[in-house]
Amino acid sequence: MAQTAIPGDAEELPEYPLARQCPHLPPDGLNRLRARAPITRARLAGGRVAWIVTGYPEMRALLTDARLSSNRQHPQFPFVVPVPAFEQLRREQGALTRGALGSTLIGADPPDHSRQRRMLIPHFTVRKIPRPAIERIVDERLDAMSSAGPSVDLVSTFALPVPSMVICELLGVPYEDHEFFEEQARRRLDPGNTDAFGRLHEYLERLVRRKQQRPGAGEPGLLDELLDTHVADGALDLPELVSFALLLLLAGHDTTANMLALSTLTLLAHPEQLAELRAHPDRWPNAVDELLRYVSIVNGSPRVATADIDIGGVLIKAGDGVLLSNGGANHDPNLAAHPEVFDIAREQSHHLAFGYGIHQCLGQNLARAELAIGLRALFTRFPGLRSRAPIGDVPAKQGLLAGLDELWVDW
Amino acid sequence: MTRLRITADAERCVGSGQCVLTAPHIFDQGDDGLVRLLTDVVGEEDRASVEDAAHYCPARALGFGTQAEDV
Repeated sequence: MAQTAIPGDAEELPEYPLARQCPHLPPDGLNRLRARAPITRARLAGGRVAWIVTGYPEMRALLTDARLSSNRQHPQFPFVVPVPAFEQLRREQGALTRGALGSTLIGADPPDHSRQRRMLIPHFTVRKIPRPAIERIVDERLDAMSSAGPSVDLVSTFALPVPSMVICELLGVPYEDHEFFEEQARRRLDPGNTDAFGRLHEYLERLVRRKQQRPGAGEPGLLDELLDTHVADGALDLPELVSFALLLLLAGHDTTANMLALSTLTLLAHPEQLAELRAHPDRWPNAVDELLRYVSIVNGSPRVATADIDIGGVLIKAGDGVLLSNGGANHDPNLAAHPEVFDIAREQSHHLAFGYGIHQCLGQNLARAELAIGLRALFTRFPGLRSRAPIGDVPAKQGLLAGLDELWVDW
Repeated sequence: MTRLRITADAERCVGSGQCVLTAPHIFDQGDDGLVRLLTDVVGEEDRASVEDAAHYCPARALGFGTQAEDV
């Protein structure tokens, strides 16, 4: 008889989320859950029981199952930890964004999701990746590291600024405002901050109005292109455009920054493979995919079931919360042999670091390019790069995303 | 000799571009960012790439089938 989510009163269940022991590996506990079953139950903060999916084939199947909803306004949507930026924006801005940010793209189902995503797809194609801009931004940050060196925090001098500057340019933020944008993007991630996100929101509102009044002025970017097309023909209004811009920052900043930092740490921990990459730079793209699989920074993708789903020996009932574990699936032997081994020579594995299904990361090709260009340039510029602290002493960060608060390096 | 006929459903496509990265001689992205076939019939030598692209597609928008060649 299939398991259901309703536990016996006294039933002892693992707690979710699980803690990382090593900063650049998913929690060990995921392997123990998967050993029991690819879909098991765990208790969220507050006592609610949800399904945890750690099996690769099951996660692929569920990510393409229309009975799982991404709608964050659904009353039974499972929030694993409160998302401070969304809560803060709701408090500060009230109805200004029509509560839109939480239900934009990542938090929306078809048909809203399809309509929104289609407006952005043309700007994130393989052809549109701004490689020269990424190279320039990376070089500028390496110059800054060099000037501040020979001992710097890689996170604040390189990992954080590279992706926020790429997004800044992609959007078409004027050059004179780049420093403000980068500073607020960084402050947003500081737990003590309360106003960075609101300040970015206000800034972007003013910027889109200015761009609308003077088309063609200043640095053109995604905001201008959307103003000229979907806003001009009434398919998109300014609040929704601002929501898109903020979501691109939310989705593309600390994710990429954390991957840059943890990839650096992982490569420093595997010097023989790093040496191979120095000798054969054409292997960087494959190495980036293995880093994405191995590190798996996203600690779970939440969904709510809108109908019963019979899968993998369990019965998910309508209203149940489902946490799809990227790290669990990416370390399933069904995906890759000896998944706990970091091996840049693996054949590309179709991992789920960027998810799967209609919500698969819109910026994945941009992220891959930033990682390949950024990491290669970093290790070329600083051949003697090393961690100041012993690698095993670098602490694991817990939360929605894995990452590093700081990584002191010298060369 | 068999050939493969490929189908691509632009309605399902979400523009991930993974098919383009897997087999750039078969798949492209149009101005709207959605999948565009450069050819819809390929030889057996392309079977592995086509299977890979179809497996990788997040929207399950790609299909293929064996087509017996007309004599």
